[in-house]
Amino acid sequence: MKNFLISIIIILIPVKSFSLIEVDITRGNLNPLPVAVSPLSIDEDSRKNFENILKKKNIGSEISLIVENNLRVSGLFNPLNKDAFLQEPDIANLKPRFEDWNLIKAQALITGKVSYVEEKLRVEFRLWDVLAGKEMMALAFTTVPNNWRRVGHIITDKVYERLTGERGYFDTRIIYVAEEGPKTQRVKKLAIMDQDGANNKFLTLGNELVLTPRFNPTSQMVTYLSYFRNLPRVYLLDIETGTQEVVGDFPGMTFAPRFSPDGKKIIMSFAKDGNSEIYTMDLENRIVEKITNHPSIDTSPSYSPDGKFISFNSDRSGYQQIYVMKSDGSNVKRISFGKGIYGTPVWSPRGDLIAFTKLHKGKFYIGVMRTDGSGERLLTENFYQEAPSWSPNGRVLIFYRETKTDSKGKGFSAKLWSIDLTGYNERQVPTPTDGSDPSWSSLLSN
Amino acid sequence: MKLNKILKNGFLIVVACLALSACATSKKSTGQMQGDVYTGTDTVEYLASGVPDRVFFATNESVLTTASRETLRKQAAWLRKNSKITIVLEGHADERGTREYNLALGERRANAAKDYLMTYGISSDRISVLSYGKERPVDSGSNPLAWSKNRRSVTVKAN
Repeated sequence: MKNFLISIIIILIPVKSFSLIEVDITRGNLNPLPVAVSPLSIDEDSRKNFENILKKKNIGSEISLIVENNLRVSGLFNPLNKDAFLQEPDIANLKPRFEDWNLIKAQALITGKVSYVEEKLRVEFRLWDVLAGKEMMALAFTTVPNNWRRVGHIITDKVYERLTGERGYFDTRIIYVAEEGPKTQRVKKLAIMDQDGANNKFLTLGNELVLTPRFNPTSQMVTYLSYFRNLPRVYLLDIETGTQEVVGDFPGMTFAPRFSPDGKKIIMSFAKDGNSEIYTMDLENRIVEKITNHPSIDTSPSYSPDGKFISFNSDRSGYQQIYVMKSDGSNVKRISFGKGIYGTPVWSPRGDLIAFTKLHKGKFYIGVMRTDGSGERLLTENFYQEAPSWSPNGRVLIFYRETKTDSKGKGFSAKLWSIDLTGYNERQVPTPTDGSDPSWSSLLSN
Repeated sequence: MKLNKILKNGFLIVVACLALSACATSKKSTGQMQGDVYTGTDTVEYLASGVPDRVFFATNESVLTTASRETLRKQAAWLRKNSKITIVLEGHADERGTREYNLALGERRANAAKDYLMTYGISSDRISVLSYGKERPVDSGSNPLAWSKNRRSVTVKAN
């Protein structure tokens, strides 16, 4: 932990520069960097073409709004009000008048240009260090017009990477369970959306209960629990084709599925005769291996990113606690020893931390600890919240939170929330309906 | 009549909450709870006259109480008399636990009921088990009495 606190203060513009833009991502939103996102400029012909295709009046402005929103939500940046911008977007993209941008206290400036080229969307953008008066980055790419939101996310990823020194997490999606209806009869559907809540799409109809969807490493497949025909089993869904198949067709309930980091196996629990054990299934040859062997509840397994270890929760000590074992099931060690009960361990993409849910004295916490259980840090406390999932760069956790109902049992809601690893920047993630069980994809554009 | 019942229940909930917050760990009977096991009848349905359909559990527990065993003996007697009937035991947990653990806990509770029925001569062929974890509460309240009603195993006729 200490290691990683030190290593991510990145110094930019090392060449002939007397000013530095640095974004210290360990400190959350204490000092967000003032950044000016100039609307991407667009010529009139291109604007009309895109208006016809996408029904957006000015696609350049729309894309820059996505960038602006991403930067704001990250908590690390403070996008400045466009009303204060003095320079026209097209001219700024050619050569910013740095003294103008300096005047409004912008430290970084993003400019760019969109054009319609052979039925495609071509974007170029530039990142400028205002104080140094230098271009930091210039990139151009071409895609189909329908991808315009992703263009905004990719630009944000590039800017984030250049300014923080870490990979971005904006061109990503969230799979989750969309919920509606009374608490006693919730209708649940699988849903997928962009990380910012846009492009929401339901993947199941709500005819059967579905729970705990999780992406595979390439984010093309999802494993989840479905109560199809009242048989709770682990399923696999191909997002592109919509094909679904049972993978956990055991003589009893299979649940709590996740992929191995190489995507070749699914690890899950199988409950039979009052005992839940952890199993793996190789997706290619369907070979099943039993990993735990204990008369207690063993569930919520999650691999370390190198695939060598598995964390899980078990009540073998009397209450639910977090354990780590080798991936063959040997060397089981309890790692949670704080007050309260601990569950839903998930290994961070960096491999150094495990995020978890904790219940203590009637409150639920999302927290992180080192993989040996030391350095426990609670990030957020609430009436009910659980099931953290890591952003692909390991900087943000998404989880869900449920409200306490009133004395008449009314007022229930379930929402997705995110929080920085720092414990700052807690935010509700917008969803069209209630939501739970979020899982964050990998970075879609690598 | 109905209002009366609502008021009465409301009052009992308040009493139960007060009693629990006053001494959360002592085995206090409040009329509807013994310790934190539900002993009321509000949510109970009947498989046949005098045969309640469900049993209740303490927090995190799957141990059958004396009352639960009595209910299950009645169910076993009824099942022996009606030998064509098959059943599903639906195990449930309250909302104060993580989703996956609660699925396992519901399964463990339903199996506790199954094991007991089997010791009274009901063949396992006639019993299937289905855990809903915390997905299907009967009471949508966020209070100890509501949670006690939701920690249950319900015997449902399958045919």
